[in-house]
Amino acid sequence: MAYKIFIPRDSSAISLGADKVYQEILNEAKNRNIDINIVRNGSRGLFWLEPMIEVETPKGRVAYGPVTISDVASLFEIEFFLGNKHPLFLGITEDIKWLKNQERLTYARVGITDPVSILDYEKWDGFKGLKNSLKLSQENIIKEIADSGLRGRGGAAFPTGIKWKTVLDAPSEKKYIVCNADEGDSGTFSDRMIMENDPFVLIEGMIIAGLAVGADQGYIYLRSEYPHALKILNEAIDIAVDKGYLGKNILGSDFSFTLEVTRAAGAYICGEETSLLESLEGKRGMVRYKPPLPAIEGLYGKPTVVNNVISLATVPIIMDKGASFYANYGMGRSKGTLPIQLAGNLKQTGLIEKAFGISLRELLYDFGGGSATGRPIKAVQVGGPLGAFLPEEQFDTPLDYEKFTEIKAVVGHGGIVAFDDTVDMSKMARYSFEFCAIESCGKCTPCRIGSTRGMEVIDKIKEGTDQEKNVSLLRDLGDTMVNGSLCAMGGMTPFPVISALNYFPEDFGLEKTETSA
Amino acid sequence: MALSSLQLEKISVHIQKYQDKPGALLPLMHAIQDDLGFVPEESFKPISKAYNLSVAEIHGFVTFYHHFRTHLPGKNILQICRAESCQAMGSENLENYCQEKLGIDYHQTTKDNSITLEPVYCLGNCACSPAVMINEEVVGRVNETKIDQIIKEARES
Repeated sequence: MAYKIFIPRDSSAISLGADKVYQEILNEAKNRNIDINIVRNGSRGLFWLEPMIEVETPKGRVAYGPVTISDVASLFEIEFFLGNKHPLFLGITEDIKWLKNQERLTYARVGITDPVSILDYEKWDGFKGLKNSLKLSQENIIKEIADSGLRGRGGAAFPTGIKWKTVLDAPSEKKYIVCNADEGDSGTFSDRMIMENDPFVLIEGMIIAGLAVGADQGYIYLRSEYPHALKILNEAIDIAVDKGYLGKNILGSDFSFTLEVTRAAGAYICGEETSLLESLEGKRGMVRYKPPLPAIEGLYGKPTVVNNVISLATVPIIMDKGASFYANYGMGRSKGTLPIQLAGNLKQTGLIEKAFGISLRELLYDFGGGSATGRPIKAVQVGGPLGAFLPEEQFDTPLDYEKFTEIKAVVGHGGIVAFDDTVDMSKMARYSFEFCAIESCGKCTPCRIGSTRGMEVIDKIKEGTDQEKNVSLLRDLGDTMVNGSLCAMGGMTPFPVISALNYFPEDFGLEKTETSA
Repeated sequence: MALSSLQLEKISVHIQKYQDKPGALLPLMHAIQDDLGFVPEESFKPISKAYNLSVAEIHGFVTFYHHFRTHLPGKNILQICRAESCQAMGSENLENYCQEKLGIDYHQTTKDNSITLEPVYCLGNCACSPAVMINEEVVGRVNETKIDQIIKEARES
């Protein structure tokens, strides 16, 4: 019988050489006349150990990593395909501390299965949520989602159940489900990992959303920087159509749903839902005024659910295991789990799915192992380029939407980027404005003009020109942008800027006392 | 440089293909750029006619999106991630190194036409920063040795 070996096809694993390792193992096995069966599985999300390969043994799957092509010969020498010891041996995969200490619900299958095998998906509880949903009324599906406490994982944390109810109640012949897969926040990759490593869970979530609100058409608006995810999603959609999960009369019911992927074109602002809808309609991604909400007048003026990838991919497990199962995780009003992404200057980077409530310190040190450079961690940015920079004294804050709001920070999409003490925070603040200037849609003045003026004011503070006056001007500008911008782009850019100024005034050439708000 | 008749023919095939599709401009521009390597300004007029839009609207659309370009790039496109996670791992040094080595700034092409250098704001490879993308291949934990290799292969291709 062939030995079963798993080599990830996740694009981050490939970016570290997984395809080359795959080819080398294939060649070596052929030369040595060893019968192997390679599964290109998803990544488990332990990126400091990628490419991490696994072998199926009677005791369970065992892992080796990080494997480079120069390790392949020695792995064959010790007959790794039997699960034997090697300097890269990591033991039973499930027992690796990083994985063992997680609560993987949305990510239950990621890294275990072959992403485009619908048989694997079905074997690992796939489509159970859809089958349950098909037996329920629309109101009862939405009640289940509302009771689970699921909130929008894209960053805004709006209750998913309420959004769906609004769309259900909006009278219209035509409604749409739009998946926001324009994951542009630096430090985030959980959407990408779901799409590349378990695409069927997103497809299932979108079908259930369509069923719940009465929509028969779905779009996945996918950022153009993810060519790998595009291929896998299209492959998975074709398979789902072939098996009767998409198309007319799904699983013999009278519900029909079609789904397609639309490639975005590199505009960060199109992650904002109204800008995304404009873009899908074939226009410049200019932000719309709200109201009307997209739930009432969305794509082509029709009621539209716009949800993030993770929100939609969490729907199947809720509909499979029930609202209370999901709501039992988490704290306060932040129910369930969050796929957290550790990035930047950390020893151990990757994907951790945990119930809300874990502290930044646990994430940075217990999971992350401290900085990659071995220097002290000076600041972390949580929630992407619009999230606040936090200093060490805030590291005990539990990951919870409300607790983060209290310290003027955001959980956002769950990305955490760590910086060591060589970082110049005035430079990061300036970059926040620069990014806003590059990516602003230009519709509202505070964002379009404020971002450029902001860079200039920071330059003046750093040069030492009228510091007191310019610091006050910077705060005033921040206030104008927060209160006067049309969307979160201009409205949140001051968060990283002002937090950098408050916590790290010395980097701006200021005394600590001069800056306190 | 004027477009060849073959290029014009290709553009007109794409225009027809998406004519009845709602929200056609995004898939249409991708199809043209995937095929020709860029979206030539000469295509704006036929598109505007077929889709009943003004040339200004087409121009506004194409120039809004960073991904679309109106000039033919070099044989390879090297994108360097400038976002926060990569900055935390030294992407600024990498940018300087590449620009110096290639003798070009962002949005420019090397004299031998082998590489066009572009900035990018996140490749979703933040657990393996700093990251770059060469054509459609993402490379993680890039250092000077790795970038030398990428540039060498691009020049030889």
